[in-house]
Amino acid sequence: MREMTYAQAIEDALAQAMTSDERVVIFGEDVQALRMNLFARFGKHRVRQTPISESAFLGAAVAAAMAGLRPVAELIMIDFVAVAADALINHAAKIEAFSGGRWQVPMVVRAGCGGGYGDGGQHEQALWGWLAHIPGIKVVAPSTPADAGGLLTAAIADDGPVVFLEHQLLSEDWLDYLGSGGRSTVSYDIPVGGRQGEVPDRWVPIKFGEAAVRRRGSDLTMAGVGVGIHRAAEAAEVLSREGISASVLDLRSVAPLDCNTVAGDVARTGRLLVVDEDYRDFGLSGELAATLLEAGLTARYARVAVEGTIPFDPVRERAALPNIERITAAARNLMK
Amino acid sequence: MKPDSVALYRKMLTCRRVEEAIAGLWYEGRISGEMHLGIGEEGINAGVLDHLGDGDAVALDHRGTAGMVLRGVDPAAIVKECMGSVDGLCCGNGGHMHLFSKQHLAASSGIVGAAGPAACGFALAAQQLRPGTVAVAFFGEGAMNQGMLMEAMNLATAWDLPVLFVCRDNGMAITTASASVTGGDLQMRARGLGVSGRSVDGADAEMVWRVAGELIDRARRGRGPAFLRATCTRPEGHFLGDPLVRMARSPLAQLKPRLGPLVAAARSAEGAPMAQRVASLGKITSMLGRAVRTELGPAHDPVRRLRKRLTITSEALVKLEHEVEGIVKDAVDKALTSETANEKESSRCGK
Repeated sequence: MREMTYAQAIEDALAQAMTSDERVVIFGEDVQALRMNLFARFGKHRVRQTPISESAFLGAAVAAAMAGLRPVAELIMIDFVAVAADALINHAAKIEAFSGGRWQVPMVVRAGCGGGYGDGGQHEQALWGWLAHIPGIKVVAPSTPADAGGLLTAAIADDGPVVFLEHQLLSEDWLDYLGSGGRSTVSYDIPVGGRQGEVPDRWVPIKFGEAAVRRRGSDLTMAGVGVGIHRAAEAAEVLSREGISASVLDLRSVAPLDCNTVAGDVARTGRLLVVDEDYRDFGLSGELAATLLEAGLTARYARVAVEGTIPFDPVRERAALPNIERITAAARNLMK
Repeated sequence: MKPDSVALYRKMLTCRRVEEAIAGLWYEGRISGEMHLGIGEEGINAGVLDHLGDGDAVALDHRGTAGMVLRGVDPAAIVKECMGSVDGLCCGNGGHMHLFSKQHLAASSGIVGAAGPAACGFALAAQQLRPGTVAVAFFGEGAMNQGMLMEAMNLATAWDLPVLFVCRDNGMAITTASASVTGGDLQMRARGLGVSGRSVDGADAEMVWRVAGELIDRARRGRGPAFLRATCTRPEGHFLGDPLVRMARSPLAQLKPRLGPLVAAARSAEGAPMAQRVASLGKITSMLGRAVRTELGPAHDPVRRLRKRLTITSEALVKLEHEVEGIVKDAVDKALTSETANEKESSRCGK
């Protein structure tokens, strides 16, 4: 085992993939500076700078993947996918279906996501529910260094388009770049286990659609991804002192979604609390409720999610994102 | 046409001092997230916006604080907004990248290139509802490679819209040299979309004023869109804490933790042929070198350049500068007072 930060794990897994497969290329804005080590090692043909032209380079990634490369296209933030949505939604997601399953698009869209560092509502959305809505796209959102490396390895090896979302609060690179800018005068509420942790000596792919059970409880099930799942785990600790025993399921991928593990756990606890940094309406939390109904379960249900545009003011930003107070309050309410 | 250079200088100095104050608050940790300032661009911002009046609209990018000041928004409201105060320009909901003043028809966006289509929409409304008024879009040369901006230029031509597209060109697209990711010539590109225009030295505020005045006047008279490319030097790079600027300013502290992994990566057993790796290291070194060279020297500083050309008495100049300092200090004081109140208020503030 090795010890790595979230950002190091991603870079290490990328380097491993680039070493073992010549077809893996990365491109995006500023990548030669942001991925300086990979640029120094793999050179300008495999670590390629792009203009600020998301629709062009994401569209190019689709066809490059169709023609034999395995591109990892970087959008600095997932918010910017809106500029290039056509490439992903109308093309990457649909080529395999349109071609009768005869032509795949093995590409990865890598992007920062998530809030908690005060950058405003156009630069820290989660958007995983919105993306997962589209058939043909897989969406992963790792919450630990080990999952980040393993899921990225799987994403690069996957024969279809995968959106790989790295939380800006967990990645020290993004947080330094977008949040602190070298300042020591700002601080963040960073989940320790998400920022740094043990990783395998050699990356092996982590299968999509398999939730990790972070905690097993008997009274209620909490489910989510990203930083939200760390907040849920902290809340579970508080709740346990009050005699409430909660399961914490890290879904790890939003599409595919591990419905079985969620339904199985809720069948025991009878209660589901979804913790979601994405928007509440028409997203992951509603999808999980549907999962229960489809499984024929009757359960008590609540969700702690983002209900509107994330305010810039850090105090209200914290209140808008799932936090321990909101999660514990919702859990207590479910126990009534 | 000739500008009132003293008035122009006052506006530019106000922008400079407001943005310096914002930078100070950011470094103190009173402002969260990114901070994109227009220090070094005052000649362009003031030289263009000096021609706007009531009913004219402006579409700003992520670097919009100066534009808002120049359109007449209270600097205190802007500083408060940067700090997230409930009594800021947008109730603390937007932050510095999302400044909006409906009263001034001034809107900003954190999405690169978005000012282009926005200005077209403002101009369409101008054409139909307020004949004789215009819209101005501000963006960097990096945004010139965004599809939506090129589409907007074509739309402006197709609809004969009263728009001025202002490209502030510092040669860097985020932290990438624009020349390395840009094909052709920007002026020619705009012309190819039917938008003719001019290139000017953005550090020469009076020249920007004259050229912008002609182009805006043309648009007002219904003669269609125009393009203004103005060069500038931004000493802080893309944003405060720009990693390249940081590395150039304190190479030892910044490079030390990076150097080991960088050398190890370059020497790894597997990877590109050695010549390519050496080329990569060379490019990394030149990236840093470029950051060192973007100091705001006297020739590139629009504020100092215009100051030298003023023909007022030194007493009048001192008085003017003192007044500007007072306005900015007052804005910051108000923002700091409001910060304390905000801590109590914001927990119960809604949307």
